[in-house]
Amino acid sequence: MVENKKYVNKYNFAFIDEATKKEIRRKLLKAVAIPGYQVPYSSPEMPISRGWGTGGLHVTLAIIGKADVFKIIDQGSDASVNACNLREFVHMMTNCKTTFDTREATLIQTRHRVTEEELNENQIYIYQVPQPEPLRGVERYENKTRQMHGEADYAKMWVSLYEQIVRHGDIMLGAGYPVKVNDRYIMAPSPIPKWDCPNINQSKALHLFGAGREKRLYAVPPYTKVEPLEFEDIKFHPEDFTTRTCFKTGYNKAYLDELYFDDGTRHFVINDSNFLDKMVNNEPIKQHSNKYLSELKNGAE
Amino acid sequence: MERNDDNWLLRVRNLTKIYGEANENTLALTGPMFNSNICPETDSIVACAGIDFDLYPGEVLGIVGESGSGKSTVVKLLYFDMEQTVGAAWLKPYNDGLINILSESNQKKRFIRNHLMGMVYQNPRDGLNFRFSSGGNIAEKLIMAGNMHVGHIRERASDLLNKTEVPVQRMDDRPSSFSGGMQQRVQISKAIANNPPLLFLDEVTTGLDVSVQARVLDLIRELQQDLGIAMIVVSHDLSVIRMLTDRTMVMKNGRIVESGLTDQILQDPQHEYSQLLVSSLL
Ligand SMILES: Nc1ncnc2c1ncn2[C@@H]1O[C@H](COP(=O)(O)OP(=O)(O)OP(=O)(O)O)[C@@H](O)[C@H]1O
Ligand SMILES: [Mg+2]
Repeated sequence: MVENKKYVNKYNFAFIDEATKKEIRRKLLKAVAIPGYQVPYSSPEMPISRGWGTGGLHVTLAIIGKADVFKIIDQGSDASVNACNLREFVHMMTNCKTTFDTREATLIQTRHRVTEEELNENQIYIYQVPQPEPLRGVERYENKTRQMHGEADYAKMWVSLYEQIVRHGDIMLGAGYPVKVNDRYIMAPSPIPKWDCPNINQSKALHLFGAGREKRLYAVPPYTKVEPLEFEDIKFHPEDFTTRTCFKTGYNKAYLDELYFDDGTRHFVINDSNFLDKMVNNEPIKQHSNKYLSELKNGAE
Repeated sequence: MERNDDNWLLRVRNLTKIYGEANENTLALTGPMFNSNICPETDSIVACAGIDFDLYPGEVLGIVGESGSGKSTVVKLLYFDMEQTVGAAWLKPYNDGLINILSESNQKKRFIRNHLMGMVYQNPRDGLNFRFSSGGNIAEKLIMAGNMHVGHIRERASDLLNKTEVPVQRMDDRPSSFSGGMQQRVQISKAIANNPPLLFLDEVTTGLDVSVQARVLDLIRELQQDLGIAMIVVSHDLSVIRMLTDRTMVMKNGRIVESGLTDQILQDPQHEYSQLLVSSLL
């Protein structure tokens, strides 16, 4: 008699069954082939609810192998509750090594940040995306936005930027600043700060985006042009930290968080926890380089 | 300009729009002879059929006819707002008039619309986005034609608003807070933003106060004289047609029943329906 071994292991490696993983991988291949294009996918049920990082988790679990070293951050931190829970889950389901060290990791899942440390060609960077559609603010209907992407009809998006400049003197988008990928698709880089957008441009790593609730995957392959939208006379600019410095390191060429101490005084600290640790411990770090960063002076110097 | 078979701006042949499933008798069983545009066999509706005309550069062509005769359908087909059932159109400045613009891809159609055409609708809500400022509405058209400089966009928008007599201080207000006449002026500014050689005007003064109507008509006439834009003016109002147009087509039940110089049609209408229209004007 043939023994049914199907249910001997409680879970398949990386939780998702192999057929579904294949489906997700096929969709990811399509996403890589058309940079910035949103590919619909199945978004299977997970033991966490949709909207809590399922999209990122789908991508991670579909591509992770036994030799991978996994890192996950939430708003730049390895230690936040969401990151800890998902790290533990991935570890339980794969037995893969996990790490806080950006350079050691081969697979990095993130919510709302790109690491300050430069990514390399052996790394895959996976975003949890709440809203994959950059045009949603100007067009409610999905069939219309799909058509707009299909025909590269982005005038409405541009007018909404124009309107913000007229009303507020600047483009008032903080997180999730729209970018144009490979001279073609406008893409929502997930709610990363503007600070991080230039670091996706021509990145050595593969960037994969998963929106579980909206059932969309998209990608920026290595060495792909990613440009924040800007007008000829009103340019994109990252957050300005020139008058602030990290209270622990005196550094300000990194994305800073605001902190209030018990005595009510305000301080700033580097948001990326692994980057901060390495700086404090004087470990060697190679930061991302981009034209905005190279124009900055460190206030502490 | 001397008119000949070669210097037309827009050439339209057999433009036809049918709603519903037509059969081989539909066209023969509808039209002014039957006083109906509904096919008795199939119940399909012939919004317009067999529309042929040439429009010359700088010329103003009127389309007049009763409600439901198919006037708006003709301009909407030519502005790609809807798709024709059959028919073709050629626009000289686009590929030297060698390509049927109605069969181009959506992307090419958008290019033609943004660079070579303008449209002013009866209802400003069809032509303007009320969630954007009036300047933003004009900006949309400029951006679509590749203008990506906010300073230049604002300069051009204020020039246009000046030209159409909209107070420039109101450039950053939404058109929802404007009077009907002002909304039409903003629509006109937007339509001519990229200096198109061709402008469609669909009942632009209907619904406006008589005194406001007269000023908008004056504006259109001035623009036409200053910029030399060719226009297709749709109206059921013969006085508008008389004031603005050089040539007129009279439509009824989806067909052209008479066309010619506006003065001639007004003085000596041939078709009995035109005669009825003209006599009702007097
Ligand atoms: N979506 C539709 N389905 C069916 N019939 C339609 C549709 N849209 C328009 N029609 C019909 O097509 C015909 C032509 O309509 P059109 O709007 O071109 O008339 P019009 O001459 O502009 O009239 P008006 O002076 O009232 O604006 C009308 O008989 C109308 O009922
Ligand atoms: Mg009409």
